[in-house]
Amino acid sequence: MATIQQIQENEEHPDVALVASAKSGDVHAFETLVNKYDRQIFRIAQHITQNKEDAQDVVQDAFLKAYEKLEQFQGNSKFYTWLVRIAVNESLMRLRKRRTGKMVSIDDDIETEEGSVPRDLADWSPNPEQNYGQAELAEILRKTIQGLPHGFRIVFVLRDVDGLSTEETAETLGLSVPAVKSRLLRARLQLRERLSRYFRKKKAGEK
Amino acid sequence: MTCTEFLALLDELIDDEVSVPMRALLQQHLEGCDHCEVTLSTTRKTIEIYRSHEVYELPNAVRERLHAAIMARCKNGC
Repeated sequence: MATIQQIQENEEHPDVALVASAKSGDVHAFETLVNKYDRQIFRIAQHITQNKEDAQDVVQDAFLKAYEKLEQFQGNSKFYTWLVRIAVNESLMRLRKRRTGKMVSIDDDIETEEGSVPRDLADWSPNPEQNYGQAELAEILRKTIQGLPHGFRIVFVLRDVDGLSTEETAETLGLSVPAVKSRLLRARLQLRERLSRYFRKKKAGEK
Repeated sequence: MTCTEFLALLDELIDDEVSVPMRALLQQHLEGCDHCEVTLSTTRKTIEIYRSHEVYELPNAVRERLHAAIMARCKNGC
């Protein structure tokens, strides 16, 4: 067991070789990274900016900035978390432009207590998502998550959708680990509460 | 254990970050508390649904356009 674990720990993340090749001028290696992560970067950018055109611009600008700064990337963190940090900053900048120069940070809109205590305690129908068509479900999920303060939304997306660790999420957003933890709990509970309106078991006679 | 104490450890339970003795205590609370049982199962479901359904698709045509624009500038040294 110990040997197997050792090998896994020493195994290099596949991005390390790609980044090294890209640094030495291999643009195809960089293209592989673009192919690998563009959808996630778009998702994160869209969750922050709430605007499709801005999110597309962020994808382009974040990868170009990453390419420009590749020499500065030390490899202390994963390439992906470094890239996400660039994309989050670009997204916040876009948002600021839309709001005509008003400062925007990841701490905005944090309401203190809303949604921290579960109120809707009805159980959900089994596999509630199957009661909706794909497009309808996507609309419900979008509407529900859009209602969260963006500082909660982005923590939820990085931790639960993208699968970053708490530490990586904290590093990416410049937040402390306890701040990420408290936002994640509230984001999960608020989303649960909002989805419950759609997914709760109907009482007899309800449509 | 009270519901508030249970709730404070909800994320750790979902993320499988609780010790064995703590897990037993949480389990014991769940057995007698329908509200926390529902909160736990529906919170898990919330995460699962968001994980398995893409909320914002990047259409292939847009992807191709973005890739072309990115790579063209990279090849020119940005």
